[in-house]
Amino acid sequence: MTALAVHPVPGAEDGPPDDADEARAVGRKRSTPYLLLLPAGVWLIIFFAVPLVFLLSQSLQTGSLTTGYALTWNFAIYPEAIAQYSEQLIRSLVYAASATVLALLIAYPLAYTIAFRAGRWRNLLLVLVIAPFLTSFLIRTLAWQNILATDGPVTGALQALGVTDLLRGIGLIDGNKLLGTPLAVVTGLTYNFLPFMTLPLYASLERIDPRLHEAAGDLYSTPWTGFRKVTLPLSMPGVVAGTLLTFIPAAGDYINSQLLGSPSTTMIGQVVSGQFLRVLDYPTAAALSVVLMLTILALVTVYVRRSGTEELL
Amino acid sequence: MATSALQGAPMPTTDDRTTSDGDLRLVGITKRFGRFTAVDDLDLTVPQGSFFALLGPSGCGKTTTLRMVAGLEQPTQGQVLLGDRDVTGTKPYQRPVNTVFQSYALFPHLDVFENVAFGLRRRRKKEVKADVDAVLELVQLEHLAKSKPGLLSGGQQQRVALARAIVNRPSVLLLDEPLGALDLKLRRQMQVELKRIQTEVGLTFVHVTHDQEEAMTMADTIAVMNGGRIEQMGSPTELYERPCTTFAANFLGQSNLIQATVTGTAGDDLLIDVHGQRVTLPRQRSTVTDGRLWLGVRPEKLRVAGPDDAGNRLTGIVTDASFIGVATYYLVRMPWGQELTVVQQNDGTPPLPPGEPLTVTWLPDHGFGLDATQDEHAGAEAIDPDAPAPAGAAR
Repeated sequence: MTALAVHPVPGAEDGPPDDADEARAVGRKRSTPYLLLLPAGVWLIIFFAVPLVFLLSQSLQTGSLTTGYALTWNFAIYPEAIAQYSEQLIRSLVYAASATVLALLIAYPLAYTIAFRAGRWRNLLLVLVIAPFLTSFLIRTLAWQNILATDGPVTGALQALGVTDLLRGIGLIDGNKLLGTPLAVVTGLTYNFLPFMTLPLYASLERIDPRLHEAAGDLYSTPWTGFRKVTLPLSMPGVVAGTLLTFIPAAGDYINSQLLGSPSTTMIGQVVSGQFLRVLDYPTAAALSVVLMLTILALVTVYVRRSGTEELL
Repeated sequence: MATSALQGAPMPTTDDRTTSDGDLRLVGITKRFGRFTAVDDLDLTVPQGSFFALLGPSGCGKTTTLRMVAGLEQPTQGQVLLGDRDVTGTKPYQRPVNTVFQSYALFPHLDVFENVAFGLRRRRKKEVKADVDAVLELVQLEHLAKSKPGLLSGGQQQRVALARAIVNRPSVLLLDEPLGALDLKLRRQMQVELKRIQTEVGLTFVHVTHDQEEAMTMADTIAVMNGGRIEQMGSPTELYERPCTTFAANFLGQSNLIQATVTGTAGDDLLIDVHGQRVTLPRQRSTVTDGRLWLGVRPEKLRVAGPDDAGNRLTGIVTDASFIGVATYYLVRMPWGQELTVVQQNDGTPPLPPGEPLTVTWLPDHGFGLDATQDEHAGAEAIDPDAPAPAGAAR
């Protein structure tokens, strides 16, 4: 939060440069940021801006794969797609939000411990946080099929503890199965996106001067009050970054629902992938993608505004 | 009046603060970190309302002592008492003690007002606004109440840190090298200001520093610490005029320490042999009364002798003379090889050039005698008032 000192461009404050060499040097200095942005800019234009335009255009086209598509400005596809798939859309947002909250509850204590209490274990724990990335997303999710299998250890343990009845009571699972339930999908989402929550949280917690904790204690704060009034507010940039990095991909995810869920847990990502790859209804798939994107954009904007962390970021 | 609200406010009387009147006492306090003893069986009483300085080099245990008073460290042995209340083992937030941290540790997400109000709000005080405004006026920061600490200069942050602590009217205010991060000019200015504020609010200040000038300017009482123990304690004048150890003699100002031997007594004076020359020293100004001793004289107490000056005299050769306007600093080589430092006030006589013989004289009452077994250089190499203490070095 200590602002980096902005160094004035050399020569800028010395009046007009007195020879051409200096003028070129100043010119080079001024163009440096643009040069540095160039690779990412080009990349984004080719692989984001252009496809986005294609996607928008695709959503407004009519026709079929065999007869070819024509841009007919068919805006009616949007209300139709939303009406048809609003259930999956809302479900996706609810699942993603649940997974985000769960990930936050798990990751915050973890990041806090790594940042303030881990001592010499800090680096090892950080490596363990990112270790799952060493295997593929798909393999890890398939592993959860085994973990949550009906005759697997987790189901057995939950049953022995009587938790299964409780979960069934509140409608999170049906029967004695975990697999194929919303709970399984949310568990998978939480697990898969946990590192994206943990790392930004760790980064923002680690920046907090431990002497601030001492100062809070010295000023009559119990450890809990000190946490609420000092640590938590100062870690808000990490909370916001972590929740965004979890919520956004989780809302569009289709692997977890496909591998751990059932038809009743279908998420919007599955619908989009199905429309593109199986049904071959490109306009509907494109329209749903745009709807998902705009919904997330709107939610994220409201969220960032409300959390009021712009100046901390 | 800036301080009326503060002075008029009653002392905190919440249940856990009923005995906030009284002295701070440390009884037999020891702190070990592993095998390292940071503070070694220390006894100390700080009278209520005094400005007390713990002075010593980095690593002498002064910051650890302070942290034990704050409750940020627990002593390995011994007790911390505030008045009659034993606060040993209590948490920092349970103690009516506040700290001005070395790096200030201001809350970056709160503005100046909320930083200062932090302690009051935690104790659910009423009239937070009035108290905070009064204390901000005291430190002359009313106009910055809505600024975030990151936008303030070092001196302003220092004042916020001070305001944040004194607004709580603690029984004891702890200052951990509070001026260490400021430049020299600002530091001198803040020294005067801290002393003014302490006088105005009348709180007990315990000030940790390695800067002897800072300690002497502000404190009523100074405890010189070395190696986890207190070497000597007293008023700045007492410590300066009559050091009791070579460490105190060298750490607090400069001293010429001359090897000498007591040869006898004459009335209340010791007769002392300095490499064949006879000088005298009042008996009560020496910690040893027979055998070998260090004879100490401050450089400014040595004067260039006129022909009929009374007092002790020694003659040597000028090896260096630095004229600095208000005075001349001489190095005078004695026949036995030692160089004495002499500070001669500029009284109009031209400085003597190197190579000239010079007789120095001093009043017997200006000398002091120290235990000859002590290291004559103890504390001398530690003088570096402008070097910031490494963070945590005192632990």
